[in-house]
This record gives sequence, C-alpha cells and structure tokens, in this order.
Amino acid sequence: MSSIIQEQDKLTDQERQYILLTQNGLPIIQEPYHAIAEQMNISVEQVLSLTKSMQERGIIRRIAAVPNHYKLGYQFNGMTVWDIDDEQAEKFGDAVGQLPFVSHCYLRPRFLPEWNYNLFAMVHGKTEESIAKYRGQIKELLKEVLVTRNHDSSQNIITKSNDMLTSTAILKKTGLRLKK
Amino acid sequence: MDNSSSPSKTTNLSKSRKCQTVELSALEKQLINLLQHGLPVCERPFAQIAKEISSTEQDVIACLTKLRSEKVLTRFGPMFDAASLGGAFTLAALAVPEADFDFVTEQVNSFEQIAHNYRRDHDFNMWFVIATESTEEIDKVVQAIERKTGLKVLNVPKLKEFYVSLYLPV
Repeated sequence: MSSIIQEQDKLTDQERQYILLTQNGLPIIQEPYHAIAEQMNISVEQVLSLTKSMQERGIIRRIAAVPNHYKLGYQFNGMTVWDIDDEQAEKFGDAVGQLPFVSHCYLRPRFLPEWNYNLFAMVHGKTEESIAKYRGQIKELLKEVLVTRNHDSSQNIITKSNDMLTSTAILKKTGLRLKK
Repeated sequence: MDNSSSPSKTTNLSKSRKCQTVELSALEKQLINLLQHGLPVCERPFAQIAKEISSTEQDVIACLTKLRSEKVLTRFGPMFDAASLGGAFTLAALAVPEADFDFVTEQVNSFEQIAHNYRRDHDFNMWFVIATESTEEIDKVVQAIERKTGLKVLNVPKLKEFYVSLYLPV
C-alpha cells in the first residue's frame, strides 16, 4: 500500500449507504455486520467484502477505537511545522507519519514570506516535556533536509526552519458528517 | 458535508487539563491499547478480540459499551477518509491582534463552514479547518472571512497526506 493517500474516486450508492449507517460508529453487539446487512438488505458476506474493498481503496482508513486524548492523560499537543526540501518532502513526510506520537501529517503549500513551513505533524504527549522531546525526535529525523533561509540578508535575519504551535484554547469543534 | 454538532463554547485547555484523566481497569486498558490498532473484519469481531486477550465476548462488549458511553472513546468503528465523503477542506490561519481576539473568534465561528478552530501560541494565533461541498466554496469562504475581519487568511490546503500510526498507550 502506498503511504500517500490518493484522491478518491466517486462513491457508489451502496458505499454511500454504508457510510451513512456507520459514520456514527459500529454497533457494539455480537454481530455488528449482520445489523448493517439487515439495514442495507444485503448479505453479511456482501457487507464484509464491501468493508474490505473500502479499506483497500483508502475510503476507510481503519476500523478502530479512537480514544479521547485528554481522558487518557495525553493532555498536550503541538502542531510541529517544518521547512524541508521539496525534492525530499514525500520521503521524509512518510517517515514522520510513522512515528507513534504523530496523529496527522501533511504537506501543505508555503505562504512566503509570512509562512515558510511545508510539512505539518501533530504530536501528542502527557507532559510539556514529552512533546518537546517528540519535536526533537522529528528534528533529528529531518536534519538533512531542513531548509535555512535568509529572510532579509541586509539585516541578516534567518527564518526559522521549524516551530511548534501549542493550542491554548478550543474555539470551535464540530463533527464532519456525510449528509443524507 | 454537514458540520452537525453545535459549536461548543471556547474551552480553555490549561484550566481543563488537570481534572480530565480517568481511572481505567486492566481490561479497559487492554482494549484501548489493542483496538487503537484496529478491529478484525469478520462476523464476530468482539469474540476474536476476546480470544486474543483471554477474555469473553460478553465482557468485551460490556466494557466497550461503557467506554463509549463515558466518552473515553470518542469514536468506535470505521474511520472514513474525509475527502472521500465528497467535501473539500483546507487549513487556514489568521494573525489576530490580541485586543480583537474574542471579536474575531465570533466572526470566524459564525461561518457554518468552520469545522474546528483552535487558538495557538504564534503570530498566526487562530487556526481553523474550513469544510465545504466544493473547492469553489472554500475560496468564497476565505474571501468572505477576509472581508469580514479585514485580515489576510493564510490558506494552506493539503498537498499530500501521509498515513499515520498514532498509538497512545495506557
């Protein structure tokens, strides 16, 4: 499987129906896929193969439990941002995504001169020290590809090659859902 | 796409940090650790999980139901790729003057297309996700936010997304 998530093709009606039935979660009962099969009016074998097919195509990322980070004691997060060589960005972004403390990892466009960072990786930890340590681990991994920019050569201002933005307040949070 | 739940009030993270962590039983910890990696796709997935940790299907189901209802698990089930649900997304930021922060928060949050919004410690101190039906609508929302706030929007849609293997052991 490629480590880069591809753009998706259109959903079939059956897939749309499957998403609508499960986007709020899988029923926690002995035979969860039977319950879906019944509502979709297809066999449980068809539901299982539909599930696997959507997994293979990346429409379903995984079927898993997502814990509330805060309740497990992971109360600190940092959005680490990096200015790395474009030529090597995919290879190194992939490696950063593999780190167990990284929850999101994206390449994004720069917005020069205000914003020179192209790689974003969100890290989670139980203490401020731990997220600082994780940032250090990413820095070690990226050290060969970090870009040094001379922001203003007349004043010799060097733009930072990386930063970490910690969140201090949640201003809004809503769930994303497929509409019926 | 539809940003279904109602926007929550601003949550100050440093205040809420201390009291949120919950006590977990041994079985709860085992299940949280195991199921972050994934649930097998088969007719009786909870029976299979129970076998792996020498528990029973009944206990696994009871334990997961409790974790879900207490919101220790925020989700349980298939995680869909947001883009394949048919919407368009971008991450955007504003550098808001400190004195105007609350006012601009209201202005930005008033757009129903704003899914998440976080305050962060940087010159760009407001970071939000814009979720719409189409990329054209993203551009319209960005322009409307610029008009309303008088601030330039840093608009950085994803170019590539990498697979992650986040694991938060308990």
